[in-house]
Amino acid sequence: MADESGLSTAIVADHGARMREGRPGVGPMWIVKRLGFGLVILWFVATLVFIATQLLPGDAARAVVGRGSPTELAAIRRELGLDHSLIEQYGHWLRNLVEGNLGVSLATRDPVGTIIGPALRNSLILLGLAAGIALPLGVVLGFRAAARHNKILDHSLMGISLVFTALPEFVVGLALVMVFSTNVFALLPAVTNPTGDPLAQPAQLVLPVSTLVLASMPYIFRLARASMIEVLASDYIAMARLKGLGERRVMWHHAARNALVPPIQASAIILVYLLSGVVVVEYVFSYPGLGSALLTSVSARDVPTIQAIVIVFAAGIVLFNLAADALTILVTPRLRTAQA
Amino acid sequence: MTTVNWDNELLGGQVVERGESLGRRLVRSPRMIVGLTVTGFVVLLAFAGPLVAPHNPNALLGRPYQPPGQFALGTDYLGRDVLSRVLNGGRTVVWMATAAATLGMVSGVGVGLMAGYLRSRLDTWLMRAMEVLQAFPIIILVLLVISMVGTRPWLVVVVVAIGWTPQVARVTRGITLEVVERDFVRIQEVLGAPTRRILVREILPNLASPLLVEFALRVTWSVAVVAALSFIGFGIQPPTADWGLMINENRSAIAIQPWAILAPILCIGLLTVGVTLIAEALALELAGTKRRTVER
Repeated sequence: MADESGLSTAIVADHGARMREGRPGVGPMWIVKRLGFGLVILWFVATLVFIATQLLPGDAARAVVGRGSPTELAAIRRELGLDHSLIEQYGHWLRNLVEGNLGVSLATRDPVGTIIGPALRNSLILLGLAAGIALPLGVVLGFRAAARHNKILDHSLMGISLVFTALPEFVVGLALVMVFSTNVFALLPAVTNPTGDPLAQPAQLVLPVSTLVLASMPYIFRLARASMIEVLASDYIAMARLKGLGERRVMWHHAARNALVPPIQASAIILVYLLSGVVVVEYVFSYPGLGSALLTSVSARDVPTIQAIVIVFAAGIVLFNLAADALTILVTPRLRTAQA
Repeated sequence: MTTVNWDNELLGGQVVERGESLGRRLVRSPRMIVGLTVTGFVVLLAFAGPLVAPHNPNALLGRPYQPPGQFALGTDYLGRDVLSRVLNGGRTVVWMATAAATLGMVSGVGVGLMAGYLRSRLDTWLMRAMEVLQAFPIIILVLLVISMVGTRPWLVVVVVAIGWTPQVARVTRGITLEVVERDFVRIQEVLGAPTRRILVREILPNLASPLLVEFALRVTWSVAVVAALSFIGFGIQPPTADWGLMINENRSAIAIQPWAILAPILCIGLLTVGVTLIAEALALELAGTKRRTVER
């Protein structure tokens, strides 16, 4: 398979390497273990985020209020808990985090939870739509290309997919804006209404979702193509053909089942990839999601909000990686039946 | 030795002769030719550009957003010459991306070699640490550090390199684990060769080609991250001429003076596509070599 997929192996090889590291068995114990490990990772992440916050040169309070009066500074210091020792601050911050108390935004004075909640929802809409389109479409196109291996369709799709693997998301997004909303056609809105519900204005979702689809689909496409080419070359497919079955039936009934394994394994990895793409794409379209919220809070040096959003992103990644592991085990009989 | 004609579908049905050197085969691969040409063009533009730029990139020469005419590519939001800024704006992206990819490779290969060869307890700890690091998307990691310390180019380079480390380490470790089992490593161990010698003289050469592919990929992705950071305003700061930053600065005039953002977009796009073509040519050639070895 490595022969046929070229670069797309890079993204999955990494995952494969991770799966070989442990000796994954099955059953509830495995899930509990992985979940526990995920929590440990999140604990480290939270600690790293805390340490990073301590890197703030000079006085954090001064960085927040700028040149405030001494009483203002003292108030902020109290609010940030800066009048306690580092260890106390760390313990306090961890306890709050576990209790889901994310603190109060230094910029807007709103509880961080009320800022993150809607933003998270909006980002998940974007993510879900993009994955929901990119995964099936990538698989279908990949299988089609495999059926016409080395024909024009195959070569052109491979070429296009290479270009989109290479281009940064914001370049793709801006190119779409130029073509569909400004310079060539003026069909679609280029920016999102920052306050409204994105689902209420579906036209505004088209370009951001398309950008993410174009950026993530090539991986799934290449993987599905490579895997289908390999399966179509196997003996049991030759047998099915010799029985006189139509090519369409051979492909969708006999080959697809096996050829779907690698794309299924990779689907969670694609989500991880989309999650990091979301930051820049949201900025391009001023989409009111978690990425935009992060950029706003970084500009405002709104420390509690930055901390919370970074941890939400990390939790998402840990979760998707866990899902990737679980999927790999589910679709690999050898791993599924292995002893824990 | 008789030459065998080798029909290699991977190279687009091109005939490859067995025994031909890797370098020769690569030079014949159309992907490699196009990739090297495009990348070479953009890198040349980035480094020789400042020498041929018609104007000072920061000089206010005309009205804001003048269309092409008096100035070849028009002017930007402050009335500066777009062409001169494009010619001056590549160095930052190219050096930062290359430096980040190189640093990331060095640290990742180091960690991966140690984990893969020394195994033992260190392996587990190193790989666990990598897993923690991998929970941060690169761009988030950079934003986190920048929000605390401020925007500095070298800081972006270092943080991006740290971000690549786990992935490079994982790939390196995977290949190392396979190489370690081979006889030539075992022999050196039995002969009592020092560990460092085994790592550098026996194992590293066997990692060279897959790591080359890895490096090319990291350069592409570093370009994307570095340019994206400047684009969202947390990379290179004004008034420096930089492709990513230019796109952001002139974004509001996308319909009036599209050249001010189209030119830097094309440069970034060509650079990433060029390097990816090189990476893919290397990856395919590598896979082809492996297959030929197996079939022989």
